[in-house]
Amino acid sequence: MSALQPSELDRPTLARDRSAADTDLKSVTAALRRAEFGDRMRSLLLAAPLLVLLALSFGIPIVLLLSRAVYDPTIAEALPKTTAALAGWNGQGLPGDDAFAALAADLKDNRAKGTAYELAKSLNARLPGARSQVLKTVRKLESADGQAALEAMKSVPFWSAPTTWPTIQSGTSTLTSFYLLSALDLRWNADGGIERVPPEQAIFVQVFLRTFFVAASVTLATLILGFPLAYVIANVPKGLAAILIVAVLLPFWTSILVRTAAWTVLLQKFGLVNDFLLFIGIASDRLDLMYSRVGLIVAMTHIQLPFTLLPIYSVMRTIPPSQLKAAYSLGARPFTAFRRVYIPQVFPGVMAGCLLTFILCLGYYITPALIGGASDQLISNFIANYVNVELNWEMAAALSFILLVFTLALFGIFARILGLDRLKLM
Amino acid sequence: MLLSPYPTTGERIRIALLWLWCGLVILFLLVPILIPVPLSFNSGAFFIFPLEGLSTRWYEVVVGTQRWQSAIGNSLIVAFGTTLIATTLGTLTAIALSDEKFPGRRIIMPLLLSPLIVPVVITAVGSYLFYARVGLASTYAGIILAHTALASPFVVVTVGASLTGFDRNLMRAAAISGARPVTAFFRVMLPLILPGVLSGAAFAFVTSFDEVVVVQFLASASQRTMPLEMFIGLREKLSPAITAAATLMMALSIVLLVVANLLARRGRKTASR
Amino acid sequence: MTQIRTRLLALAAATACMTIAGAAFADELSIMASGGAWQDAQRKAWFEPFAKETGAKILEQEYLGDLGKVKAMVETGNVPIDLVTVETATVLQGCDAGILERLDYAKIGPRDKFIEGSALDCGVGLDAYGDILAYDPTVLKEAPTSVLDLFDTTKFPGKRAMRKFPAQNLEWALMADGVAPADVYKVLATPEGVDRAFKKLDTIKKDIVWWDAGAQPAQLLASQEVVMTTAWNGRIQNAIDSDKKPFKIVWNNQILEYDMIAIPKGARNPELAYKYLAYISQPENNAKLASFITYGPVRTDAASFVAADALPKLPNAPDHLAGAYLVADTEFWGDYGEDLVKRFNAWLAQ
Repeated sequence: MSALQPSELDRPTLARDRSAADTDLKSVTAALRRAEFGDRMRSLLLAAPLLVLLALSFGIPIVLLLSRAVYDPTIAEALPKTTAALAGWNGQGLPGDDAFAALAADLKDNRAKGTAYELAKSLNARLPGARSQVLKTVRKLESADGQAALEAMKSVPFWSAPTTWPTIQSGTSTLTSFYLLSALDLRWNADGGIERVPPEQAIFVQVFLRTFFVAASVTLATLILGFPLAYVIANVPKGLAAILIVAVLLPFWTSILVRTAAWTVLLQKFGLVNDFLLFIGIASDRLDLMYSRVGLIVAMTHIQLPFTLLPIYSVMRTIPPSQLKAAYSLGARPFTAFRRVYIPQVFPGVMAGCLLTFILCLGYYITPALIGGASDQLISNFIANYVNVELNWEMAAALSFILLVFTLALFGIFARILGLDRLKLM
Repeated sequence: MLLSPYPTTGERIRIALLWLWCGLVILFLLVPILIPVPLSFNSGAFFIFPLEGLSTRWYEVVVGTQRWQSAIGNSLIVAFGTTLIATTLGTLTAIALSDEKFPGRRIIMPLLLSPLIVPVVITAVGSYLFYARVGLASTYAGIILAHTALASPFVVVTVGASLTGFDRNLMRAAAISGARPVTAFFRVMLPLILPGVLSGAAFAFVTSFDEVVVVQFLASASQRTMPLEMFIGLREKLSPAITAAATLMMALSIVLLVVANLLARRGRKTASR
Repeated sequence: MTQIRTRLLALAAATACMTIAGAAFADELSIMASGGAWQDAQRKAWFEPFAKETGAKILEQEYLGDLGKVKAMVETGNVPIDLVTVETATVLQGCDAGILERLDYAKIGPRDKFIEGSALDCGVGLDAYGDILAYDPTVLKEAPTSVLDLFDTTKFPGKRAMRKFPAQNLEWALMADGVAPADVYKVLATPEGVDRAFKKLDTIKKDIVWWDAGAQPAQLLASQEVVMTTAWNGRIQNAIDSDKKPFKIVWNNQILEYDMIAIPKGARNPELAYKYLAYISQPENNAKLASFITYGPVRTDAASFVAADALPKLPNAPDHLAGAYLVADTEFWGDYGEDLVKRFNAWLAQ
């Protein structure tokens, strides 16, 4: 990339001659500007199709997904009469009979429209146990009107419990912080403060920490395995280096799924890894490597190793061996020379490789799903589970939101310290 | 070159250890990807060593059964569709962005690369929920669109790299000589950046061909691709047919990417000449 | 160049055709089943004969336990499937959620001729299966005598595989903790009962490998990843019969359940779907499945049609009901399922 354009170089020269050909210059610059403007427009037109396509196929879906984390109109849409009746309520004690009557009417409407379940589910997410209560009440209300309906409502203790009405009231606002808080194992308490959820319900902080731990372990392992190899490749004759590079690139080019499949074969109880460990006598019995944290980290390390190694190698390649020789000739011992001269120069490459691997590890899904056990599932697996099995898309959105924030923050650091140009493909 | 000019015994030992370490790392890298190959020739029905006998029956399953055939067909349709769109649009965008004066270049570049950064599950879930609403879920078009988002950054980057050595004055010369922009593009620019374009296309192809997470969400049974078939198999019917499919996929990916890489290298050389 | 372009054009045209073709035919029946040996058996017992008899074309899809996909289809009104096989708890959930069609039994068959609990508002039973314990006698020297031996890690050390789902596991945990089969659901309906079940599961948590697809148990046993596993009886019998594995099934304390089939709301071809339901619900057809996988019929009047050699392998064969057994309580799981699944997932993640 050439940093300076000819026109910019020319400008000072032109400025010096200003007095001589002032009017001429003006028309020339104007023409130049017009031409440049035309160029720019053409460039924009060229880039537009992909930008539009990306916005439609990628941008909008992600924005809409994330908006689900904070925007949930289910309750407000299901309970219009109740929303109106609660408008003036101060949130203390129980609301008046009009609110009960409005809720009864809303519930009957929902029954008729077939939306009672959605409402029950949405309430249940905020108030555990609400689902069956709502459905039970809806059934009771079927043959009750007016006063009878009001009595039916009052006969279910759930509707007179202290937490029920405040939850409904907060639910009637379409913007909610509920899911984002839940994704961090937090919730609003009765006094309007934020508190932690009880330990038997807390999952996500642990899962996020686990995801970070696995990502960090894998990053460290790839660095320990990859750094010496990168050093060797960068410092051996060209022919040998080319062969070694192919050995690194072959797995890099093989799909993650294929490599995960291979690891499921290797890590089995009667797989090659166990055979080997028994053979060399490290283990005295077959280890349970499948569905374990160790197995997961080993497989992920294998997949990520090239991502860490290649940026390190590309920096090492640029460091002439003569530098270390100079250090030796000045009397530095090999280790000192290495530490004081070499390491500082390869540091950006190490950072780039490690950050890249760490960021990619945060989003792992396939490998934990196939190799990890129940306690090795990472945050992506939970997101998929909320979408497919629990049908709680708001929760999936909230978890995605937090994962994305972490990922982008890390990537921001990456781009800031090292520049985007490091994100090269070999 | 690894040794200092006057190596001591200690240093020799350290270098020997270094080599040993690297040998082990290379083994660690290569053994797992070579494992599916012998397994795919296993004659037994379960997925374990030692082999019960040699046969090509699993390749016959992959090539011969309707299920795998349609998976291969689907993979090819999706990958070709993705490659076509991603390469065309990605190349145009790379050309536009190679102009230093392109407005907002510093903002657009990271946005273009964002599909590489955003965890795939988020992309998959997002497009699933959105595409379902607009009727694109469970269609080839939907999968191709989502894959194009994932693949186009590769094209922009590789074509962009081949353009850094491209002298824009050539286009100006063509324009002065009376060539219309489209002609100038096809006659002057494209031949020079073709290696970059082709290598971008290969990356796009492989990205789509190997992708499973987005497909898992967006595809119904009639769009199931090879990787999805493998994923389902790995969770369920662990048959060595999976290793046969894996071997085939691996072979195709590696051939394509070796070609892509050679092209990219040649491209850099021609461009910088 | 031109050649390539023509080829790409042809490809694009082909793609367009295939997309359109998906929606075109009225005599296509798209069935989503849960794969593996079970789907193979359905194909032989029902899909193929039905297709031959009616001339309809059956498109098979595989269900990966993701009702999410069905929900998305129904919400957007684009439902490319006509029938989906599900578990009973899912039928109740889907019925409440308005994802599944309420069935008109006049078009299917006499509702009172189905075993109790196998003809629901939104789903009709396909077969009766047993949640059982399986092991490999060549590995496990001492034979387990009850499913509850899962919880005995001193007598049977090693990993055991269980389904990644609260149903059955909680019931077995309570029974292993001394609750009589008749009281299991009463106890489980109380918060203390749930705590008790999870506490019992805690005692073996570190020894459990979780499976979620029906074909996994056989694979886990074959690769000796586990010493024993819970499973659906038909999948294990299939490994014994067709893959010649030496596995054994423990029937004592089995849990009996029904597989269900349902029509998603907004299915394109409900008439043909009903025709299919009527077809498989005829007693002689209902009994046919047992010849291909060892699941019993759900019609009370179908027993006489079951092939003689298949009969003794069914979960509801008299021999297999001689010991203790439990019939899964669908209504319980309809009411409490969702909360228990949530609690179970939180427990798993901890």
